[in-house]
Amino acid sequence: MSQTEQSRIRNFCIVAHIDHGKSTLADRIIEKTGLLTSREMQEQVLDNMELERERGITIKAQTVRTVYQAQDGQEYIFNLIDTPGHVDFNYEVSRALAACDGAILVVDAAQGIEAQTLANVYLALDHDLDVFPVINKIDLPSAQPEWVKNEIEDVIGIEAQDAPLISAKNGIGIEEVLEAIVHKIPAPKGNADNPLQALIFDSLYDSYKGVIVFCRVMEGRVARGTKIRMMATGATADVVEVGYFGAGQFIPCEELSAGMVGYLTASIKNVKDTAVGDTVTDAERPCESPLPGYKRVQSMVYCGLYPADGAKYPDLRDALEKLQLNDASLFYEPETSVALGFGFRCGFLGLLHLEIIQERLEREYNLDLVTTAPGVIYKVYKTNGEVIELTNPSNLPDPSEIDHMEEPIVNAEIMVTTEFIGSIMELCQERRGRYLGMEYVEGTRALLKYELPLNEIIYDFFDALKSRSRGYASFDYDLKDYELAELVKLDILINREEVDALSFIVHRDSAYERGRRMCEKLKEEIPRHLFEIPIQAAVGGKVIARETVKAMRKDVLAKCYGGDITRKKKLLEKQKEGKKRMRQIGNVEIPQKAFMAVLKLDNE
Amino acid sequence: MHIPFCVRKCVYCDFLSGPASDALRRDYLEALRRELACEARHYRAYEVETVFFGGGTPSILEAQELTELLAQLCSHYRIAGETEITLEANPGTLTPDKLACLRRAGINRLSIGLQSADDKELRLLGRIHTYAEFLQTYRWAREAGFDNINIDLISGLPGQTPADWRDTLEKVLRLHPEHISAYSLIVEEGTPLHRHLGEYPALPDEECDRQMYQETKRMLAVQGYERYEISNYARAGFACRHNRIYWQRGKRHTADYAGFGLGASSTVGSLRWKNTDDMARYLSLCGAGDTAALREEREALSERELMAEFMILGLRMMRGISEKEFCDTFGREPDAVYGAVLEKYEKCGLLARGGGRIFLTDAGIDVSNVVFADFLPD
Repeated sequence: MSQTEQSRIRNFCIVAHIDHGKSTLADRIIEKTGLLTSREMQEQVLDNMELERERGITIKAQTVRTVYQAQDGQEYIFNLIDTPGHVDFNYEVSRALAACDGAILVVDAAQGIEAQTLANVYLALDHDLDVFPVINKIDLPSAQPEWVKNEIEDVIGIEAQDAPLISAKNGIGIEEVLEAIVHKIPAPKGNADNPLQALIFDSLYDSYKGVIVFCRVMEGRVARGTKIRMMATGATADVVEVGYFGAGQFIPCEELSAGMVGYLTASIKNVKDTAVGDTVTDAERPCESPLPGYKRVQSMVYCGLYPADGAKYPDLRDALEKLQLNDASLFYEPETSVALGFGFRCGFLGLLHLEIIQERLEREYNLDLVTTAPGVIYKVYKTNGEVIELTNPSNLPDPSEIDHMEEPIVNAEIMVTTEFIGSIMELCQERRGRYLGMEYVEGTRALLKYELPLNEIIYDFFDALKSRSRGYASFDYDLKDYELAELVKLDILINREEVDALSFIVHRDSAYERGRRMCEKLKEEIPRHLFEIPIQAAVGGKVIARETVKAMRKDVLAKCYGGDITRKKKLLEKQKEGKKRMRQIGNVEIPQKAFMAVLKLDNE
Repeated sequence: MHIPFCVRKCVYCDFLSGPASDALRRDYLEALRRELACEARHYRAYEVETVFFGGGTPSILEAQELTELLAQLCSHYRIAGETEITLEANPGTLTPDKLACLRRAGINRLSIGLQSADDKELRLLGRIHTYAEFLQTYRWAREAGFDNINIDLISGLPGQTPADWRDTLEKVLRLHPEHISAYSLIVEEGTPLHRHLGEYPALPDEECDRQMYQETKRMLAVQGYERYEISNYARAGFACRHNRIYWQRGKRHTADYAGFGLGASSTVGSLRWKNTDDMARYLSLCGAGDTAALREEREALSERELMAEFMILGLRMMRGISEKEFCDTFGREPDAVYGAVLEKYEKCGLLARGGGRIFLTDAGIDVSNVVFADFLPD
């Protein structure tokens, strides 16, 4: 492919709000540009993980190269770079965007612009991408394409009058999109004779080839045998293979040169060496400086993951190891809990990332897990000058040793129809939000800006937002900084024994309310025992809330005769089986799901 | 012997039973007779100690039909001299003549389903009779010469108060039956009661339920009834021999039982099975003489399972299990097998020992499932 002229390459991505039809449009583009017969088309080619398909979201960015025979008679190479569509993966999105020269903005003709649309499109504009809009789902009865066009022009400020009106689902207007890609997205620049400078925007671990690095070559060229160096991590390796992305397969080629998007392998054993955002250069003829924008991935949300069956600890370790091969943003380290035994403290980009990992562990690795309450990283300033980054509430030093604590704050933008402004502001208030301002977006909608403590939004903020706006609000955030906060550790005592896995950090003002709800929730979750069980919430040794699980008075089978024995035995077996899946704390048996009770505190 | 027919199903009943046409009844009895004949060869070595006609409402059958069944049994099986032969009966299905016939045919124990002595409660349960009708049946039975009668009662009915229950007990005690079974109501899934529970008066709470249970024991003890199993009370010498065979597991084949009829269960040595509960299949297999194919849900109980049943079923009886019998049966002391479990529950007062036996305490009875579950193999 080295002969391909730069002028006939188009590197682009599609940005959209979730559900606005990004993946479907990608499928149509791939279909119309050939290289793949209809028979080969899976329902959604880009989303090839089972889990992603079920959730309707794209987790791991993937990329495909297709060839388009344009109306001008020329053949164009399209590199369609897929971007994950969730705020947890903002950094990955930004690196994928940096690999593009332009973007297609997909807007739902019925829904219009949403907070996430804005966030993504601003991100694209920040990367100097040429963005052109397409209006999707025009065949819906509720479609209002003219209204959406005006909205795009008013809110985003990009030309939208000649935006293709399409239905990705029904294949309407796709040809127009393909021509727009040729004409509205610029060809890449860069000189193949300069020293190598390539951006890593994703990677994948393959047990035969090692890490497969997804990159966009900005300057220079790379081929088999090139000795490369990752500028941030310092890792070096000899390139074994370069190539481009067929649909669902890797197709080797001679070399990748400036402007091209493709992959390289170099027998790299660990994705940590090929961090997203890092710059690949020629170790023997390095470029002067790395590409801008590299950040070390930072976990935002932490929780403990424990095998439900303690004997499965090694299996959990192996599974995490394997997942990390493909997901450098997953962090884990061993920890132990009095209540739960051996497990891992794991760090995630956000709550969605946590859920995805948890589900993959359970589904792909067949593990039964107990997850402790997710928390954020707190900074604990000790009186002796030491600063601790606290990820596990159990490690909080004694209050006498703490000078003060800080918690992470995010900038949040919430797009909402005007009728719900009141209830959403109320929600933000409850979550200790600091109001920054509001912008009206044409007549009926507003963009609310708040600063919110991260620990107030990690559990259920999104759900609360949806339920208080009848599903209309959308939300985006990014980390701002750390701020001083009055934080306390809330401990839970069951039958007067502190259960470390149930402790969490909470703002002093919400401690009572949270403690009370936690006790209520646990009362529902803990089955009755032969004795009465007090459940208490305490802060600094002082009990602030209490519930009681009453003693069991009756558990007896009135009848058991010859014909009944098998059935009655099955009842007893079920009872025993249920007990086995519980955790023994002192002489109380606690079901696994009780440990996740804190997650459900606000589902009123 | 299972007679899966009744006049009408009660709202709490989850047994395999229902109303049937005369034709079906005839076909069923014919099939049952064939099953008895075909299966006899497996039981040549046995002497039958007890016979139990259970249901359903076996008393719904004509005296003639029951007599023929017994005759069939006697012609194919060895019957001991002192065999206990029980018929489950409901008021409204018996007449003086019929009772006299049954007594003559050899039935020597009646188990009458009364459930409550309160007509309001009887209606609520969907019973087909009133208390007065029961009284009449009971007197006829005595007149026919039945001198071993059980009365079935249910406590913990929707809306029932301890006083209501006491009233039922008092009325029944005046009759001096030899045996009383007093069950605490179980709302079984799949029953109309379970489906429409919300439409019934509230069930007594657990505290109330246990109060009624304790009351039963106290009131019956005063009148000379001994509680010998969780729900069973008898005057001296009248404990049900048949049911004790179920509870008192022991050495190989001493406690075997053979069930005949639709859905009937059998346990022979360590083997257990249940007949098909598909009526059409039952009729056709018996008709074809292929009674071996009736057996479903076959299981071979392991040593551990046999031990667990020995404990669980034995502990249902107030005198509990004999440590020596356990040892004689399995060649090991109960402590060698269940040491930790026994110690745990003795410590918290749910189990006790005495006279070489292990038994549930009063507190243990109330939560016996918790104790029993721990005897099951992992």
